[in-house]
Amino acid sequence: MTTTEKILAAHADLPRVRPGDLIEARVDFCFANDITAPLAIREFEKTGVGTVFDPDRVALVPDHYAPNKDIASAEQCKVMREFARRHQLPHYFEVGRAGIAHVLLAEQGFVLPGEVFVGADSHTCNHGALGAFATGVGSSDLAAVMATGRLWFRVPETLRFVFRGRPAPWVTGKDLVLRIIGDIGVDGARYCAMEFAGEALRHLTMDERFSITNMAVEAGGKNGIMEPDDVVLDWVRPRARRPFTPVFADPDAEYARVVEYDTSRLEPVVSAPSSPGNVVPVREAAGVPVDQVFIGTCTNGRLEDLRVAARLLAGRTVHPRTRMLVIPATPAIYRQALEEGLVKIFLDAGAVVSASTCGPCIGGHMGVLAAGEVCVSTSSRNFVGRMGHRESRVYLSGPAVAAASAVLGRLAHPDEVLGKTAAGVGR
Amino acid sequence: MTHRGTAWRLGDHVDTDVIIPARYLVTVDPKVLAAHCFEDLDPTLASRIRPGDIIVAGENFGQGSSREHAPIAIKGLGVACVIARSYARIFFRNAFNIGLPLFECRDLPDVTETGDVLVVDAGTGRIVNETKGTTHQAAPLPEFMRRLVAAGGIIEYVRQQVASGQLRREGAGGHGPAGGA
Repeated sequence: MTTTEKILAAHADLPRVRPGDLIEARVDFCFANDITAPLAIREFEKTGVGTVFDPDRVALVPDHYAPNKDIASAEQCKVMREFARRHQLPHYFEVGRAGIAHVLLAEQGFVLPGEVFVGADSHTCNHGALGAFATGVGSSDLAAVMATGRLWFRVPETLRFVFRGRPAPWVTGKDLVLRIIGDIGVDGARYCAMEFAGEALRHLTMDERFSITNMAVEAGGKNGIMEPDDVVLDWVRPRARRPFTPVFADPDAEYARVVEYDTSRLEPVVSAPSSPGNVVPVREAAGVPVDQVFIGTCTNGRLEDLRVAARLLAGRTVHPRTRMLVIPATPAIYRQALEEGLVKIFLDAGAVVSASTCGPCIGGHMGVLAAGEVCVSTSSRNFVGRMGHRESRVYLSGPAVAAASAVLGRLAHPDEVLGKTAAGVGR
Repeated sequence: MTHRGTAWRLGDHVDTDVIIPARYLVTVDPKVLAAHCFEDLDPTLASRIRPGDIIVAGENFGQGSSREHAPIAIKGLGVACVIARSYARIFFRNAFNIGLPLFECRDLPDVTETGDVLVVDAGTGRIVNETKGTTHQAAPLPEFMRRLVAAGGIIEYVRQQVASGQLRREGAGGHGPAGGA
C-alpha cells in the first residue's frame, strides 16, 4: 500500500484498502475557521449529539476575517468563540494568539505523522508534508466529525511525483508545485492523493515542503503527502502534542502514475491570470507592471519565505508605483522575523507588515484590488475576482519572484535584482 | 421522479470564488448568498436564473475553496440540479450534504446550450435534452452515497443514528497513539 492507503487502512481498522474503496475512518484532529465554523456549528447542533467527540481534538481558528473587518465578520467570530466557551474547547485561538490555521496548527504540534487530519478549509492538504493524511472538507462534513470523530472517505489513487537532483537557483518549493499544476492541469489529480518524493526534497526546508503539499488541491488532489523522513521527524518531535507512529509506503506500493522532474533544470515560474494551471516561466512574463505585491498566506507566509524576500529587499526599496504587503502567517513567525531583523528590512523598503490573517488572499480585507490592477502574490489561487475586482489580475509566485517584482515594479526574475552570481535561495 | 427545466450552460473549471466570492462569506443566509451567485462570472446571471432551472457545466465544476456557501448559493437560486462532466471533490461532497443534486454526465454538456429544455429522471439518471432531441445517461452514484442522499445528507445521517441510539462515536482520549498498523 502507499503511505496514504496505509494511514487510511489503519484508521478504518482494516488490514488493507484499495483505491476506490469507501471507508469510514477515525479522525485524529479537526478544525474550522471563522468562515466555515459558523455553518459547521449550526449543522452540529442539528445532529442532537450535544457534545463534541473529544474537546482536545478540535481547534477553532479565526483567521479569514480576523481581526474582524466589519460587524458581520465580528458576529461570525462571536458564534465560534461562544461555541468554544460553551463546549470548553481548549484549542480556540483568540486574535493575537491566532495565526493562519494551517501554519499555526502544524507549528504547534497538533498534526502528526501517520494521522488523519480533517479541516473545513481546502488547504488542509498542507499538512501532508508531515506524513499525515490531511484533507479539506465542507462545514457539514466537519460537523459530522465534531459529532462522531469519524468520517467516510473514498480511498484515492496515488500519483507519485519524484523530484530528482538539486533545485536550480531561485527554484523554491512553490516553483516545483506550480510546475506540476501547470503540467497536469487544475484537475490533473482530481480525487487523487499526490505523493511527493525524491532526493531534491532533502534540499528543501520544511517551510518549502509545506508550500508543495499546500497546493495539492489546486491540481484537484484530495491530499498531498510526503514520507516523514528525518527532516520531518526532527521538525515535528519537539512540537508533537501526542505520541505518533510514522507511516511509510510498502516497497510494492502501486501508483496510478509516476512523474519525475530533474529539478536542476527547472526555473522560477508564475501562474498567470486567472488559473493556477496557467504556468509560465517568470522570464516569459517579466515586464508586466505590478500595482501590488503580497507575501503571506498558508502557502508562503512562513519564516523561510520572509527570509528569501528579505534577501532581495535588503538595502533596496519597493518601486514607487508598487505597494507591498507582508503578512507573517503566525505570531511566532512574526516575532522571529522581528528578531532576525526581517521586519526592519521590509519597513525600510517601504512595505507594510501586518498582523496574521488570510485577508488579501481571498480579497477579503486589507490589500483588496481595484479594477485593472495587477498583483503578484505568493498565495495559491488567482481565479477571477479572487483578490478583489473581477477585472483585477493576479500572478502567483514564490517569495523570491514576488520580492524582485516589488523592487522593480514589474514582474521580475530574482536575477534581475541580485545578478546571476547570487546563489539563489539559501541552500 | 422527473424534473423539467431550462439549462444555463457554463464552461470548464467554474471555481467556488466565482460561484460565491469570499467577500460575501460573512453570512450563511441562502437568499443573500444567492443574490451574489456567479457574480464575478456574469454580474447579471443570478437575476436571470429562475427557480427550477438547471446548471450545465464542463469539467471540474466547483474547483477551489471548501466553502459550503457555494452549493448553498446555487440552491438558494432555486436551481433544481447541476449536470457537469466532472466535479471538484470537496464541492461534490458539500452539494450532497446540503441537498443540491449533482449529475455527472460526459456527453450532455457537448450538445447543450443555454435555453435548452432538459428533463432529468433523478431515479435512473436518464437526461433528455428536448430542444436538441438527445438522450443521455448520468453516471450512477456509489451505494454508500445513495444511502447518504436517501438520509438527506451527512447531518441527517448522523442525527438518525443519534435518535436510534446507533451512533458510532470516538471517545475523548480514546484514539491512543496515531497511525501504526
